[in-house]
Amino acid sequence: MKAVLALWHREIVRFLRDRSRLTGSLLQPVIFWLLFSGALHGSFKPGGMDYGQYFFVGTLAMITLFTAIFSTITVIEDRKEGFLQGVLVSPVPRSAIALGKILGGASLGMGLAVLFLLLAPLAGVPLELDRVLLGLGVLALLSIAVTGLGFSLAWVMDSTAGYHGIMMVFLMPMLLLSGAFFPMQDSHWLLAWVRHVNPMTYGVGALRHALQGEAPGIPSFAVCLLGTALFAVATFALGTFVVTRRSARDAV
Amino acid sequence: MAQVNQAPDSKAPAAGAAIAADGLVFAYGERRALDGVSFAIQKGEKHGFLGPNGSGKSTLFKLLSTLVPLQQGRVTMLGLDLAREAAAIRRKLGVVFQSPAVDKKLTVRENLHYGGLLLGLGGASLRARCDEMLAAANLGDRAADLVGELSGGLRRRVEIAKCLLGQPELVLLDEASTGLDPAARRDLWTVLKAIPGLTVVFTTHLMDEAAEADRLTLLDQGKVVAAGAPAALMREVGGQVLDLEATDAAALANELQRELGVTARVLDGALRLDGERVHELVPAIVQRFGARVLRLSLAHPSLQDVFLLRTGKRFVVTEPDPAPKKGRRRKS
Repeated sequence: MKAVLALWHREIVRFLRDRSRLTGSLLQPVIFWLLFSGALHGSFKPGGMDYGQYFFVGTLAMITLFTAIFSTITVIEDRKEGFLQGVLVSPVPRSAIALGKILGGASLGMGLAVLFLLLAPLAGVPLELDRVLLGLGVLALLSIAVTGLGFSLAWVMDSTAGYHGIMMVFLMPMLLLSGAFFPMQDSHWLLAWVRHVNPMTYGVGALRHALQGEAPGIPSFAVCLLGTALFAVATFALGTFVVTRRSARDAV
Repeated sequence: MAQVNQAPDSKAPAAGAAIAADGLVFAYGERRALDGVSFAIQKGEKHGFLGPNGSGKSTLFKLLSTLVPLQQGRVTMLGLDLAREAAAIRRKLGVVFQSPAVDKKLTVRENLHYGGLLLGLGGASLRARCDEMLAAANLGDRAADLVGELSGGLRRRVEIAKCLLGQPELVLLDEASTGLDPAARRDLWTVLKAIPGLTVVFTTHLMDEAAEADRLTLLDQGKVVAAGAPAALMREVGGQVLDLEATDAAALANELQRELGVTARVLDGALRLDGERVHELVPAIVQRFGARVLRLSLAHPSLQDVFLLRTGKRFVVTEPDPAPKKGRRRKS
């Protein structure tokens, strides 16, 4: 448990010392939100909602995803710089390495999302206590899910450049096709199908249900919540699985 | 050519051994990095593994540090079986890698603190232990500095302090003195030798550092080519070593055989003679062939000569293996 706490705490300390990560994880999504909602304010009203309101929830999901990416990419740096070897030869069970790192990244994602959530009234999203609590619960699950996913990918990747590639062709499309940016229910049949198998759909949907109470064209809150929980459990399990496999690749 | 040393001290296992390895084989795909390696290291011993790049010493280090799973053979470390009890071994192990396992974005003290937490230490005892190690490593006044701002030598000291934090019984050092100046290297060994009963196993490409070991194992192409105390190994070569650089080495070798009745080996365009009375040949060589000799040197045998004797090859001293290439990582 001390080891999990140590690895979790290290994530937080390193984040706070690295201003560029704050830019990437929080400012970039906020700038996206300002630009998109400003530009589409008069022309795009998904489900009759102001776009700033609609995209607010999408931005929350984006913050959790971007934080997870910037947090888990450090796994590759840790491996390259040798720090990871030191952890791997310590008496810490390997599952604790996954736990510490995922919880660390998820806490950061959650923390930054909460900061952004404070801007909700500006976006026309009322902050009611029960909705906020529900939203925080969903954000926690979603943060764990995306950090677990990022961790699993980073663990098997050789380079940060490769990870950036995966981010562009896999993680960003996951976000784009989740209903975070635009509704998906009337899209091309292929994209509509992708939307159903995309676990981010359920995360964004659950967040929309929790914070806005209405989520036209997406599955029910129960389904979304279950989908998000399964997403979190699956990626967490995957992260633990990849880290516990001891192989010659750990040698470098 | 290469011959495996079958001296009794190279055989495993042995009672009271810190490490006993028997028939280790480790392959990356088709290539055998370790090919039937056996050795025994006694408790409290300072044991060095010496070998050129590609000799298998890094792979052996990764096996002993529990980073990679055992493929073939048997290793007992501190009375525990490496294949089944790697987790228990890690509790008694301190490891210093070639690439520093410290976090550059954390301070010296934070690095030690997190290292201690990973070892299961905590609270006041961890703080006290950190203070103790900072003092031992002479890092007290740098405790609040970020490791990224320290020189390579100081970073290495942080790492060694971190390695000794958990009071390990066995310390593994992979080219750990790389980047240290001679004074810092001496400091490192002073700290390690001051710990009673500590077993230290190290890999090195530095002959003078290897000579400091209680016992050495020389590796080449995944095999043990010699093992024993450095002085004993050097005595095996016998007498002195005479190196000759000549304008026409091969022809001169023939003439030496014909006129003086001595056999010289041609190595990389130079000639080598070794033996108990080789120094007595010097006047005759200078007198008869002086004009053709570009350089002549007479020396006591070194560990390089031991390697040469056992493998027929020069021990080419190079920097330690560069950071492993990514493409090689998937070879398991």
